Amino acid sequence: MEWLDYGKHAPYVWSSVGLTAVVLLWNVVAARRRLAELTERARRRLIAEENA
Amino acid sequence: MWKFIHKWGSPPHFWRLSTTLAPWFGWLALLLIVAGTIGGLFLAPADYQQGDGFRIIYVHVPSAWLSMFAYVVMASSAAVGLIWHIKLCHSLAAAAAPVGASFTFLALATGSIWGKPMWGTWWVWDARLTAELVLLFLYFGYMALRAAIDDENRADRASALLAIIGVINIPIIKYSVEWWNTLHQPATISKIGKPSIDTEMLIPLLLMWLGFTCYFFFLLLVRGRAEILARERNKQWMKDALGAPS
Repeated sequence: MEWLDYGKHAPYVWSSVGLTAVVLLWNVVAARRRLAELTERARRRLIAEENA
Repeated sequence: MWKFIHKWGSPPHFWRLSTTLAPWFGWLALLLIVAGTIGGLFLAPADYQQGDGFRIIYVHVPSAWLSMFAYVVMASSAAVGLIWHIKLCHSLAAAAAPVGASFTFLALATGSIWGKPMWGTWWVWDARLTAELVLLFLYFGYMALRAAIDDENRADRASALLAIIGVINIPIIKYSVEWWNTLHQPATISKIGKPSIDTEMLIPLLLMWLGFTCYFFFLLLVRGRAEILARERNKQWMKDALGAPS
């Protein structure tokens, strides 16, 4: 595991990589969730209109 | 020409195209980012001056590039929407804003984390850093302005104007290291003909750059779909599209 040891720079490198991973994942989750919510809402409206 | 603009500016066309393209961009981004991360963190040699701390560039440089690229996409899209009254362009501009803001935040945060061991400080009011911070505020301003105006057309116009005016900040960010004496280092990989970085370090950086760019387009398509859905939910084509299994 020597290649994982960045010495005194380890906290800086890993915190940067970790923060980036969190932001990238959050962006995907947020974008997909918003699209799914809007799709669901629009589909419910469509069903309600058809039933009316 | 007009036929071309109308075809590509048509929300149903974008909806169909994004259904096909988004997964390609998503998987390609994942593949490239994983390859770039392995190459950058584990295979590339340590820098002779900065040691292993230099590895932060593998997330910092692509984030900084996309912070500017996303703004250019947002502003040019908003300008096309404003000039030719193409609503799809306003939707794409709105979709690019949160993605660009998050990359700007990442560029600032990872740059700050890199600055501590290298410069001995988390932050300096350096021209490059300050201009990047202004970029973050421009994104926030754009999103806040859109959210503050209820009327969709007025929100499109006002936010487009702000986005277009803010473009002036992009060359300032890019050339700040040449125009002023700054702590931030000048261009490393974009020097025409001879990048001042070793190939072993450069390849993972290029993979990350390409991966982040694919990731941006993936998010632009997904967020663009959401924006179009919100705008066109009462249109017949959208009702047909939602009725069909996706």
